[in-house]
Amino acid sequence: MTQNRFNLQDSEREEDDSSNSVSSSNNSGAAGMRIIVPLQGVVQGRGGLVLGSVIPCALFYFLQLYLKRNRSPSPSPPPSSPSPSSTQLSELSGIPRSLSRSHLSPRGSTGPTYVSNRASSITKSGDSPYYVGLNKVDGDQYDALENPDGVIQLGLAENKLSLDLVRDWFADHLKDSLIIESGSDLSISGIATYQPFDGLMEMKMAMAGFMSQVMQAPSSFNPSQIVLTSGATAAIEILTFCLADPGNAFLVPSPYYPGFDRDIKWRTGVELVPVPCRSTDNFNLSIAALDRAYSQTKKRGIKVRAVLITNPSNPVGNLLNRDTLYSLLDFAREKNIHIISDEIFAGSVHGSEKFVSMAEILDSEGFDRSRVHIIHGLSKDLSLPGFRVGVIYSYNEIVQAAATKLARFSPISAPTQRLLISMLSDEKFIKKYIEINKDRLRKMYAAFVNGLEELDIKCMKSSGGFYCWADMSKLIRSYSEKGELDLWNKLLKEAKINVTPGSSCHCIEPGWFRCCFTTLTENDIPVVMERIRKVSESCKSRH
Amino acid sequence: MDSTDFWTTEHVCLGGKRRTGLGTATEAKRTPTRWETTLVSKRTALAGLALTKRPNPTVSSLSLSLSLSLSLSLSLSMATNNHVLLSKMAMNNGHGEDSPYFDGWKAYDANPYHPTENTEGVIQMGLAENQLCVDLLEDWIKRNPQASICTADGVSEFQDIALYQDYHGLPEFRNAVANFMGKVRGGRVRFDPDRIVMSGGATGAHELMSFCLADPGDAFLVPTPYYPGFDRDLRWRTGMQLLPVICNSSNDFKITKVALESAYAKAQEANIKVKGVLVTNPSNPLGTMLDKETLISLVSFINEKNIHLICDEIYAATVFNQPTFISISEIVEQDPNCNLNLIHVVYSLSKDMGLPGFRVGIVYSYNDAVVSCGRKMSSFGLVSTQTQHLIAAMLSDDEFVNMFIAESGKRIAARHKIFTCGLAQVGIGCLKSNAGLFCWMDLRPLLKESTIDGEMALWRTIIDRVKLNVSPGSSFHCSEPGWFRVCFANMDDKTMRVAIERIRAFVFESKEVEVEVPSKKRRWQTSLRLSFSSRRLDDVTMTPRGMSPHCAMSPHSPLVRAAT
Repeated sequence: MTQNRFNLQDSEREEDDSSNSVSSSNNSGAAGMRIIVPLQGVVQGRGGLVLGSVIPCALFYFLQLYLKRNRSPSPSPPPSSPSPSSTQLSELSGIPRSLSRSHLSPRGSTGPTYVSNRASSITKSGDSPYYVGLNKVDGDQYDALENPDGVIQLGLAENKLSLDLVRDWFADHLKDSLIIESGSDLSISGIATYQPFDGLMEMKMAMAGFMSQVMQAPSSFNPSQIVLTSGATAAIEILTFCLADPGNAFLVPSPYYPGFDRDIKWRTGVELVPVPCRSTDNFNLSIAALDRAYSQTKKRGIKVRAVLITNPSNPVGNLLNRDTLYSLLDFAREKNIHIISDEIFAGSVHGSEKFVSMAEILDSEGFDRSRVHIIHGLSKDLSLPGFRVGVIYSYNEIVQAAATKLARFSPISAPTQRLLISMLSDEKFIKKYIEINKDRLRKMYAAFVNGLEELDIKCMKSSGGFYCWADMSKLIRSYSEKGELDLWNKLLKEAKINVTPGSSCHCIEPGWFRCCFTTLTENDIPVVMERIRKVSESCKSRH
Repeated sequence: MDSTDFWTTEHVCLGGKRRTGLGTATEAKRTPTRWETTLVSKRTALAGLALTKRPNPTVSSLSLSLSLSLSLSLSLSMATNNHVLLSKMAMNNGHGEDSPYFDGWKAYDANPYHPTENTEGVIQMGLAENQLCVDLLEDWIKRNPQASICTADGVSEFQDIALYQDYHGLPEFRNAVANFMGKVRGGRVRFDPDRIVMSGGATGAHELMSFCLADPGDAFLVPTPYYPGFDRDLRWRTGMQLLPVICNSSNDFKITKVALESAYAKAQEANIKVKGVLVTNPSNPLGTMLDKETLISLVSFINEKNIHLICDEIYAATVFNQPTFISISEIVEQDPNCNLNLIHVVYSLSKDMGLPGFRVGIVYSYNDAVVSCGRKMSSFGLVSTQTQHLIAAMLSDDEFVNMFIAESGKRIAARHKIFTCGLAQVGIGCLKSNAGLFCWMDLRPLLKESTIDGEMALWRTIIDRVKLNVSPGSSFHCSEPGWFRVCFANMDDKTMRVAIERIRAFVFESKEVEVEVPSKKRRWQTSLRLSFSSRRLDDVTMTPRGMSPHCAMSPHSPLVRAAT
């Protein structure tokens, strides 16, 4: 029920948002936000009894309605996911939202207008605490000086530690203008006119060089295998469109990145089947579990098309070792399925362990490459999420060709590419950047994990990523998803800290949280720890 | 249905040179194996369906060869990769690049014209791109280094902008775009920045719209002739369909309620759920604008049926002559009976600001659910914040924007005049137009037979011999053969002159050939030869067909207007 309440708040909020938007058309969005946040308090206040009794009834009614509507003659109705109750719950609660107020329109009736089922389905994924938390930070972000009571963002994996290096490089090297006098690639005709949608060749070459550098692969990446897209979000969706038909499934070791549920499933109609990993194995991937999930999915009559891994893992931060990669390749060959290796954090490794790219394994052994596809981008490893650069690196020619054409829906703006080409081509700078960034990551990780440890919160040992995977199961009142979400809510509302609960990541053990530390400065850490300490003490005192 | 995907679009060919699985005509000639034949028959069944849409029997042969080539390319790729399963999307030809219409682009790619290095090359006239004003853009960017966050002047904002990845878009970007949209509509309507949803170009915007409004199998009605890229952009990943609303030259391709009703009725007969009507205004490929009456009747039509109206207004500011452009927003905001939830506008900066490389597409919807869902969907095609920031600065510079739009209008008008006059001198007419970066050229008089085959034959001659990549009307689903879209703004003056010269030479040549064939039945041809051999070009304002006693020119014919 906790979750339902969040969802409702979210939906209320959105409606406030839109009604506000009309009135505040003259003002900037920021002003709107300032009105919304207090409103939210009001909404929460009156949540209690009325909603509590009306909603379960409404839920049931709408579930019936929803099922009826979905019995349309679509070729293969997406089977319900076997994921833990969290998805089920959020799916249920999504329904009243999609039908709220103006959209209360069963399909086909001659009432108000209807949008597509896909459009209404998005409300489901929007309700995950992951997104709720991210929205919550908007407009009330912590700032040591300006807004010391604001929400501290530990839910967004972005890296502010080394952005100064990138900034300074641009300032030093592109002194005058975006356009350099004629004779350079940055001339107007190189940016204003139509360019290839799958990326400029120069950009692919620069990107291939960058990938070799960050992944420390012994052999280089081939630029002609690269398709560039606007961000890894688009890259992974395009790849999904290429590898699977609606109703097919990918196996994904869980806990996994909560964004996948929207990015992959929403428009493609592809299912994600979580393959649970456990704390007793340090959340490492086990092939036996994969195999089990594969047979179970097959038994349900669903075709498995790929295994999707994140390496370094998001949200845990551990790396896949060589042996696991070998067995994964064997598994994929045996089942005749693909491997999608999301290596977006490849260059953001801070531990002593060495990162091994799937590309490196393929280089050294005679494996069948055509089933392997790597995802990369500049959002994490060059800390430039705003620049929207994602990479599909596929070893399969048909996938390359199809993705090249699909990239038209998610192209990167040419001026941005031109700017990045000049930066990425400066290998010396990139080398320096990677080193310094790793160093800063390492320090920050140590400081953050130590801080948590002093509060008796242990983190899973990790070597990569912008986050740590913290075990707060001692702080939750009931050892269940509900207990976990209660704690999450408390952290967000009382301590004003947004973290990502394990249930959003389909973790089967309650009490784990992903905390991103790269948005912080070292001075922020004591503030964060103090806030967590208060919540932790109030939790313990009630035990 | 695959067989009716015809492509010549500007967006496609830029995709790069590595295309695999292209079913060419030569492949199709191979004798199919038994397995392939079964595949073909399936496809042919589909092609047969397509026939119902298009009454011309010649299509069937085209469809057959297309489906043949499709299955062959399919089987070829299967042979190399049969052990790893891929999606139908990766394997099918939803991208449409296997269509014969790609030959024009291939011809250009293989042998592009260059004023000094390759004077015999193919001139690209299939790309609706405005290159007449790049100097203005260049000048502005040089004068405003602070607009880029990657220069010493602008770097102070680097940190915030580079990290911003919210799908709402930078507030200054949304504000600037909303203002700009109002400005290019003469300030008669205001746009709310909070309804601006961004996407990767108009391409992405259209796909986003169809993802939001239609489920697989649902359909939009689209008045023909329409931009061929729609077939791919709207249908490929969404699984929806486009149904043509047949318009024809007798009333200058106006969209009539009768045509709309008949298309709607046809869809209902076929049990297809119609979710909306999609129009381009100003029209691509016609270059004409919807008048107030048409817009009003469209709005009443969609309200009656309770379906959506998507207005693609990407050429809103690319209007170079009277009358002024009327946006759908003006109509619906004055109409108290219109359900605003049904109205959506697609916009982009590619044409009006000449910035296709920036890939900025906009969905402006009056429907809250679409705005909220589209926002989330836009995370698949976000515009880089560096570019958003630059655009915000550029569009906020009122002085520049006013000057740019005025100057761009002048230059396009001048170019349009040169081109249409050059054609008129040899008796080639164009549909009267006042917007866009192209003309809708009437080559019906040059057709050997008035069929799609005849049009394709003429088109192939234009590609191979005249060496111009123009786009045939059938690729736009035009119901009458003989029309061609010719883009005139993506080249310099010199290349333009070469192109006109080539067309003129070709027209003479084809007329002379026609005349040389002894045909005593028609007396008018003799007089024609006389006039051509005397080379009094300027006197020839009428086409041979126009002079033919069998085909008297109607007073409404665009030919008459173009000649005046």
